Amino acid sequence: MSRIPEAFEGGPAFVPYLAVGDPDYESSKQYVEALARGGADVIELGLPFSEPIAEGPTIQGAVVRSLSGGMTPERFFEFVAELDVDVPLVCMTYYNLIYRYGGSEARRASEASGEAASEEADRPRAFVERAKEVGIDGFVVPDLPAEEADPLREACDEFDLDLVFIVAPTTQGERLERIMSQVSGYVYVQARLGVTGARDDVSGQTDESLGRLSQWDVPKAVGFGIKTGEQAERIVRGGADGIIVGSALVDIVAEGAADGEDAEVVADRLEAKARELKTGAMRGAGVETEEEDDGQEVPNPERT
Amino acid sequence: MSSDTTPDGERDGDGHADSRARADGKFGRYGGQYVPEALMPAIEELTDAYERYVLENEGGFMDEFRSRLADFGGRPTPLQRADRLSERYDREVYLKREDLLHGGAHKLNNALGQVLLAKYMGKERIVAETGAGQHGTATAMAAAHLDLPCEIYMGERDTRRQRPNVFRMRINGAEVNPVTTGRGTLKEAISETMRDWATNVEDTHYVIGSVVGPHPFPAMVRDFQSVISEEAREQVQEKAGRLPDSVVACAGGGSNTMGAFAEFVGDEGTDLVAVEAGGSSLDVDEEAGVAPNSASLSTGSEGVLHGARTKLLQDRDGQIMESHSVSSGLDYAGVGPELAHLVDEGRVRAVNVDDDAALEGFHRLSQEEGIIPALETAHAFAHLHEHPEELGEVVVVNVSGRGDKDLETVLEETEQREVSNAPDLSVLSGGLGGAHGAGDADADARGGDE
Repeated sequence: MSRIPEAFEGGPAFVPYLAVGDPDYESSKQYVEALARGGADVIELGLPFSEPIAEGPTIQGAVVRSLSGGMTPERFFEFVAELDVDVPLVCMTYYNLIYRYGGSEARRASEASGEAASEEADRPRAFVERAKEVGIDGFVVPDLPAEEADPLREACDEFDLDLVFIVAPTTQGERLERIMSQVSGYVYVQARLGVTGARDDVSGQTDESLGRLSQWDVPKAVGFGIKTGEQAERIVRGGADGIIVGSALVDIVAEGAADGEDAEVVADRLEAKARELKTGAMRGAGVETEEEDDGQEVPNPERT
Repeated sequence: MSSDTTPDGERDGDGHADSRARADGKFGRYGGQYVPEALMPAIEELTDAYERYVLENEGGFMDEFRSRLADFGGRPTPLQRADRLSERYDREVYLKREDLLHGGAHKLNNALGQVLLAKYMGKERIVAETGAGQHGTATAMAAAHLDLPCEIYMGERDTRRQRPNVFRMRINGAEVNPVTTGRGTLKEAISETMRDWATNVEDTHYVIGSVVGPHPFPAMVRDFQSVISEEAREQVQEKAGRLPDSVVACAGGGSNTMGAFAEFVGDEGTDLVAVEAGGSSLDVDEEAGVAPNSASLSTGSEGVLHGARTKLLQDRDGQIMESHSVSSGLDYAGVGPELAHLVDEGRVRAVNVDDDAALEGFHRLSQEEGIIPALETAHAFAHLHEHPEELGEVVVVNVSGRGDKDLETVLEETEQREVSNAPDLSVLSGGLGGAHGAGDADADARGGDE
């Protein structure tokens, strides 16, 4: 069992996302650590893929910055290994990078000679094994629906890592039951149809989705479009066990990169934003936090 | 093989539907459904509609489709003996004239089928990607014909390379959204259309333009396009008295390819040759993430892109490369999963020709047969020119589209490089000033045909 479930035990979890290597390797490390200081309970680390079909313009921008800075799967793993944070880490990436990882030289040789490529299950295994080694706790793979997930899930089971599935507003009935029977860690409740990106409103689809999921015991983290503490509060009040925030944070990184600001300044801004979101989520659970001068929250672990 | 050995030439009318994709949408190790969860219910709904309307002809869907293809599209298209090419290469060369289909390319077969299917499914809006603009124009025409609103995503670079097609889409009432991410070509246009679909999935159908994407698209698009080989197979037996030794078609995503091959796959005596865009070189620049070609079948490796596992141009980490071809319609880093499977099985032979050879092929067909082919199509003729001896006595070449849209590109490219058989285009230097303005200026460069 990974460390993820216990991250949801002490109250509503704040789950931020950043693309690793955005806008560069060293700044990105400071940013992730700032999120941890700001109250992150789990951190989603994006390994950028060149064709991010589930992402809106904000995260597409992050992908471009990170890739042009030389990010690769191996650099990503080094990054994770060097990180100084104490919360569970989830790798968010697209399936092709998992599928192609490791043994590529041998595989290409066998492909070139016309032999059958290596067994299906071996493909995701190398990636999962390396992820485990550097301290990853689980995966979110936006272009891998439950139908295609068996090889990755088997590898996750072998290494005791979680495979988080996304449930969309359109996921209902028998399909929802099938997915929920495979979920581990938490379920990623997609708050609205469409692609990632910060929004000013909270979608009514969120409440309906949470309603459909109430019979399952697994933690429910809502993502897509959240950008303020008030929105976080509302979503937790609606029954979410956690909130996932990506684009609103990436926007801060993007502005800092565009204005050429020092990484420390941007990191402080991220930490403050993280605290706003975490505090909002706690309020949603009926927990008032007191902000000390040093910015440390004192969350009350008892939820209503 | 002689004509009396071809009882299976008399296949029944819906012999298109032997659905070589398994129930899970796999062609051997390729295919599948690698899409965001939000799209999966729509894909299940589409799979159900495909099985009922296309495979089972529920509600007379296929009858209406074929009838509209005839009346609106102008089918059947001719199979024409190419007299001068036959003489030049000393074998019987037949041209399947998909350039004569309404809109000037094979693309209408699929676009009309899918827009009609969207209507049967009760969808209220159409989105589509386009590379060269041929699929976009076909979809815009079909949507106007069937009265559905339509939005087309097109790489910003392609909107400049293919201005005439942008005009045509707008004139048919479609919105055209330029896509500025990446290099602004087909790959980015597909990603952006998938994003639109994921946002508006409840009332929108995505008319994908090739035999790519998640199941059921590769099988369904093949079935709509297989009318090409269904007709060609009968026509060639009438004209040549037997099945061909080879069928040659250009291959980008592979919709004209699969359409031209589908009904011949069971004919073991017929070689199927897919001609890819060799671009400027088959070498790749891993550092820059650029493959200066679009030859995924010839040089690609297995991976997952845009909903399917297939052969891709990718770097060692699995990042997708920027592809290149002088023809926008072949400029894509992937290929249809069924085609990848048929190449692995040895049933389809993948070859490629470079940009220069394609331009020469363009001029040769224009001059010797009076047919201005699309630059995509020109690749097939370049292969015929390079290796006629490999193609047997009776050859069918699929003329997937006409070349009006490419005149501006041909003018630029012909100026920039040595194309041995190009006419003197200096009278046009400074551009065509509109793609259809060349008509009377130079008989050899005659372009406007409408």
